[in-house]
Amino acid sequence: MAEFVQFLFSGLTVGAVYALVALGFTLIYNASDVINFAQGEFVMLGGMTTVFLGLAGIPLPLAALLAVIFAMAVGLALHRFAIETARGANAVSLIMITIGASIFLRGAAQVFFDKQFHTLPAFFGSEPIRFVGAAILPQSLVVLAGAVVIVVLLWTFIDRTLLGKAVIATAVNRLAARLVGIDTRRIVGFSFAISAAIGAVAGILITPITLTNYDVGTLLALKGFAAAMLGGMGIAAGAVIGGLVLGLLEAFAAGYLSSQYKDAVAFLVILTVLFVMPQGLLGRAKVERV
Amino acid sequence: MMQKYMKIAAASIFAACLAVGSASAQVKIGAILSVTGPASFLGDPEKKTLEMYVADINAKGGVNGKKLELVVYDDGGKPNEALTFAKRLVDEDKITAMVGGSTTGVTLAIIPIFEEAQIPFISLAGAIQIIQPVRKWVFKTPHTDTMACEKIFADLKRRNLTKVALISGTAAFGKSMRDQCVAVAPKAGITVVHEESYGPGDTDMTPQLTNIKGKAGVQAVINTDFGQGPAIVTRNYQQLGIKLPFYQSHGVASKQYINLAGPAAEGVRLPAAALLVADKLSANDKQKPVVEAYKKTYEQKSGQPVSTFGGHAYDGLMILVEAAKRAGSWDKAKVRDEIEKTKGFVGTGGIVNMSPTDHLGLDLTAFRMLEIKKGDWTLVSDSGS
Repeated sequence: MAEFVQFLFSGLTVGAVYALVALGFTLIYNASDVINFAQGEFVMLGGMTTVFLGLAGIPLPLAALLAVIFAMAVGLALHRFAIETARGANAVSLIMITIGASIFLRGAAQVFFDKQFHTLPAFFGSEPIRFVGAAILPQSLVVLAGAVVIVVLLWTFIDRTLLGKAVIATAVNRLAARLVGIDTRRIVGFSFAISAAIGAVAGILITPITLTNYDVGTLLALKGFAAAMLGGMGIAAGAVIGGLVLGLLEAFAAGYLSSQYKDAVAFLVILTVLFVMPQGLLGRAKVERV
Repeated sequence: MMQKYMKIAAASIFAACLAVGSASAQVKIGAILSVTGPASFLGDPEKKTLEMYVADINAKGGVNGKKLELVVYDDGGKPNEALTFAKRLVDEDKITAMVGGSTTGVTLAIIPIFEEAQIPFISLAGAIQIIQPVRKWVFKTPHTDTMACEKIFADLKRRNLTKVALISGTAAFGKSMRDQCVAVAPKAGITVVHEESYGPGDTDMTPQLTNIKGKAGVQAVINTDFGQGPAIVTRNYQQLGIKLPFYQSHGVASKQYINLAGPAAEGVRLPAAALLVADKLSANDKQKPVVEAYKKTYEQKSGQPVSTFGGHAYDGLMILVEAAKRAGSWDKAKVRDEIEKTKGFVGTGGIVNMSPTDHLGLDLTAFRMLEIKKGDWTLVSDSGS
């Protein structure tokens, strides 16, 4: 029993990390059909900027806030100087641009920060909470709570505000959106800024658990992307469910089967799910009118 | 038009003459290092060390009447790029000797080039495969994984512990060391009763550690990996409240590990080079003056904390220079023979005694067993080893 609970906690911890990263993909995809492969770099920027501002003597909460603002600026710049200049290109070309941007950001981080691993102190200490023989770190709960808060905010924003509706309109049909007076360029740029902010917040929340360096975004983005696909690309709740399912799969595979094959098991399940439900767990089939 | 071409031709011939002219007063040392990319934590201090000490040697008049010229190429950790640079070093730069190859992958890829060109090659990479089987022109300075395993096992025996569990990273270093540990365990009288692994970039290893915790008979746990993995494993170890003795590899032997793992690192033991505990060595330790001098020089000139990897580059360069001094010339074959005859060389990595069958020349005394206490290294007395 204690073992099962421990595996469960581990799965939830890892899953929450994946979920937070996966959430960042949601908004940009919604607004522009682009899967932003530089999302992992926003996660890295959030963590690394906070670490380095902290080292420079700025109190951590303020450092975290500045890191989020900095990531948003990078997101806006990415949109303005890379995506916007290639306007009219199809989604695949834009996705390739984001891959290029991610390589650039990683390189820049190597130069401006450093190549070492860093960590941040856990928000509520690192004394594990004991529960029926298993142990969970308070920071895992912080990450889980962060994921829930972001989902609720995103949902409220997209479904309950005019600006959110404009994002959806832009996603559905850009020309039509423009015809009804939506500045689609600004909407897409806006979605980059918010996605960057989500990524940076994720980076700050998970750094006490995962540690961070210039390269941390690559693998996290890969897992986050898998989670987002599993849950249904573009759906906030799907990203969280996808992340948690992926984390739990890995933990239970490592615990009960073999730690050597845990990634294989997780990805096998994802492939199977996507084979049966190509839109992901929460995705709706896309109807295209011709 | 013709005249213009003639001018260019004449100019280039002139330039070539100049180049040859300057080269005759210099001897070229090649270095292919992973200065950027995932292995930059190796290549970066290695490059800085080589540049520092080559400048230093030249300032003192060079070796055998010739100044050294260092030719550094950055392979970014990629063996195929290293291969191109190796050919360039041999064919175009016409180097006399080679110090470098930050990673095992790179070293193994470029060995054939230097073997064929008959150029002395001192590698800075870890794996035992570089010098086993012995290759005529290839040497190396860093300790091997096998030695780290043996050192840990020796310490276990002293504590009367024989049953261990391994948790290893699946990336190159962790996997290689795991294989070596499993291979030498029976000879050391150690039984590996359980094994777990985790992937690069994994963020939580509690399931694996839970299994180790639940396994009856485990007396100690060994983690083979470097980078952030061991730091997370160490934290998870404390999170689960496992009380067994915990060993890390020489791969985490840097202050960074203590910083990342935090209080969880308390009581963790690991084998490491003397360089790391320069200030804690006893006054009659033969290595003390060497490691203290290197540490001081490196930290002053680079402004960064010293790492054992830069130390490997220092050892490689100094072994080469001393061999050339003994040979009295920069003749490649003579230098090679003298490298092989290196005896009692005191380096940062240990005391080197090479032979025709041993192109590394270190024994287990090169490693010190350390224990982390109050966030700092302490030497574990290793009487009997």
